[in-house]
Amino acid sequence: MDLLNAFIALSNYVIVPAMAYGSQLALGALGVTLIYGILRFSNFAHGDTMSFGAMVTVLVTWLFQSWGISLGVLPTALLALPFGILGTMGLVLATDRMVYRFYRAQKAKPVILVIVSLGVTFILNGLVRFIIGPDDQNFLDGERFIVSARTFKAMTGLEEGLAIKTTQGITVVTAVIVVALLFWFLNRTRTGKSMRAYSDNEDLALLSGINPERVVMITWLIVAGLATIAGVLYGLDKSFKPFTYFQLLLPIFASAIVGGLGNPLGAIAGGFVIAFSEVTVTYAWKKVAGYVLPDSLAPDGLLQLLSTDYKLAVSFVILLIVLLIKPTGLFKGKSV
Amino acid sequence: MNSALKNTLLFGIVGVMIAYTGFTQSWNTALLILNMGLISAIMALGVNLQWGFAGLFNVGIMGFVALGGLAAVLVSMPPTTEAWAAGGGGVIAALLMGAATIWAAVQVMTRMKPGHLRTVAVLVLIVGGFFVYRAIFDPAVDAVEAVNPAGTGYLGGLGLPVILAWPVGGLLAAGAAWIIGKTALGLRSDYLAIATLGIAEIIIAILKNEDWLSRGVKNVVGLPRPTPYEIDLQNDPAFVERAAGYGMDAVTASTLFVKIAYAGLFAVVLVLLLWLSQRALHSPWGRMMRAIRDNEVAAEAMGKDVTKRHLQVFILGSAVCGIAGAMMTTLDGQLTPGTYQPLRFTFLVWVMVIVGGSGNNLGSVLGGFLIWFLWVQVEPMGLFVMELVTSGMADGSPIKAHLIESAAHMRLLTMGLVLLLVLRFSPRGLIPER
Repeated sequence: MDLLNAFIALSNYVIVPAMAYGSQLALGALGVTLIYGILRFSNFAHGDTMSFGAMVTVLVTWLFQSWGISLGVLPTALLALPFGILGTMGLVLATDRMVYRFYRAQKAKPVILVIVSLGVTFILNGLVRFIIGPDDQNFLDGERFIVSARTFKAMTGLEEGLAIKTTQGITVVTAVIVVALLFWFLNRTRTGKSMRAYSDNEDLALLSGINPERVVMITWLIVAGLATIAGVLYGLDKSFKPFTYFQLLLPIFASAIVGGLGNPLGAIAGGFVIAFSEVTVTYAWKKVAGYVLPDSLAPDGLLQLLSTDYKLAVSFVILLIVLLIKPTGLFKGKSV
Repeated sequence: MNSALKNTLLFGIVGVMIAYTGFTQSWNTALLILNMGLISAIMALGVNLQWGFAGLFNVGIMGFVALGGLAAVLVSMPPTTEAWAAGGGGVIAALLMGAATIWAAVQVMTRMKPGHLRTVAVLVLIVGGFFVYRAIFDPAVDAVEAVNPAGTGYLGGLGLPVILAWPVGGLLAAGAAWIIGKTALGLRSDYLAIATLGIAEIIIAILKNEDWLSRGVKNVVGLPRPTPYEIDLQNDPAFVERAAGYGMDAVTASTLFVKIAYAGLFAVVLVLLLWLSQRALHSPWGRMMRAIRDNEVAAEAMGKDVTKRHLQVFILGSAVCGIAGAMMTTLDGQLTPGTYQPLRFTFLVWVMVIVGGSGNNLGSVLGGFLIWFLWVQVEPMGLFVMELVTSGMADGSPIKAHLIESAAHMRLLTMGLVLLLVLRFSPRGLIPER
């Protein structure tokens, strides 16, 4: 019984939150990795693209809420999501046309593109703060829990409760659907194949008549979709605050690099590696240990390896280790 | 127009702009802009060393600046004797223990043959070392932080003159840069950017959370100054008399005097660093750096150790940023970890270097002054523009209120726009590299 309780406590505080967070990171890292594979630079503006997409979604959600449209138990934001994606698609195509295309034509060094993307980051950040303000915004409605701790306890008679928030459920389901669609697209469709060909060998792809501008455009469209979905899911699960998205950059890049930059499968694996390490290292294990260990060995302290304020440090340390030992990442990414 | 004349003219324009602020707003404001301009110019010199000389992209300037600020606290604040007695030894022992663990792990890593045995040994060392470290560290920290938490609650510093903190700040920043450079240099250029982004966030997190070290978000205030205090000057009859001789009252004169004294100190550092940077740029070392920047493969073929040179210049540049950070905290008289923001300390410095002219030391200095001036003045200008835009709207309309309230965020937009426009249309900056 104690072991079961320990497992439930573990699921409640570690596995379920880490699954949700990992899915969000994976979606974010997929966007970064696609840009890296096709456009060949690290897009620092990705965090703020996510924040922009989430902002549009928040605004449309509020509009729907004021009209009285809702999805019942599901958050209205899901209904607003397509509009958010459309808005972000418009935005990234505009930035590509006005900013990135010039440097692409020049064949500028990747580091110039990184600096340019940093400039775009701050413009987007300013834009988001200008429109919606720098504060926390709440746009979550509908049922809060799929399973609440109390009903779970009543159902099973266990001491520990397991709570699964609706947003966590939605996050994981959405992530699975999106990833499945993306891989189907990349592996089965003609356009997807041309994207992979372009990513693998630009010259050869050009030689076989693939239109680079079209590939780039489609990449941006997909990235806009991924970024918005990731941003909205993160906003629903935690809360929407413009500045947090800039701070998400580090875990997202860490995920992409751990998996191998430019490799979509790696991005997903990396997202979960980072999320699980972050949550396990910052979780206070006292409760679980209390169940598993005999009473005489029960710990006095919290058994927390690092305080939650240092969760960024976790992704950073993992990033450093990967750079030191295997710079191409777990799954072979692009050349170093 | 030859370049010397043009440069003098550009610096003259910035000087006139600052002087104009003095005449129209107040000399106090003008001197504040000048002082921060001097510090910004030093930061820009540091970044120019990395980007202009060597083409290294550092997104963690904020972290190095903050480390400089920490140095100011550690050097100049008086030591908290009770805290040292309560847990100082424990904290030091724990930190040494942590360092020893890492050293041992590195030794095992390099000495043993690769294989499962090595992996296990390293893991056991690190995990075991971590628990021992926490066992010594936690009680010591609790003891330190329990000592008068409202007033001190930290170990304090060494109680030395604050000027000494400037080189120490440089050393701390250099140490952090060494760690980052060792791991991320020699790989793709993007990796350095991401690693520096990370170290900056982590340094800020440490400053915010390690109360025993820096009092965290409780801030350290009242740092000793290298200049006299206004109140002492006002009580000094000789000073009051001289101020009266210039037709000023003692209060205004004392604030101006203190700021001018700071400006003098900062100017000495800036001139020294500028001179060193110029010498470096025009030495064989500087030419080698630029050769590496322009063509790494060719430089490597000529027998240059690209990664080592990159590490060298990365550490030097970060150290300069650390010095500037220590100077800034000295000027503020306080360390407030909550105020370090990437926009203000990383991005703005980048705009300075690129607008001023990357690769040119004078350009960076000019950019430092110019962009700092704009940064200070953009907010009132933004407000003015917004008021102009909204002047046709009815008073009390929510859109008008929102627009005026959001004027503060115009800074982000403006600076991003300035960077993109300069990069696109004048990538060599105001004073181009020669």
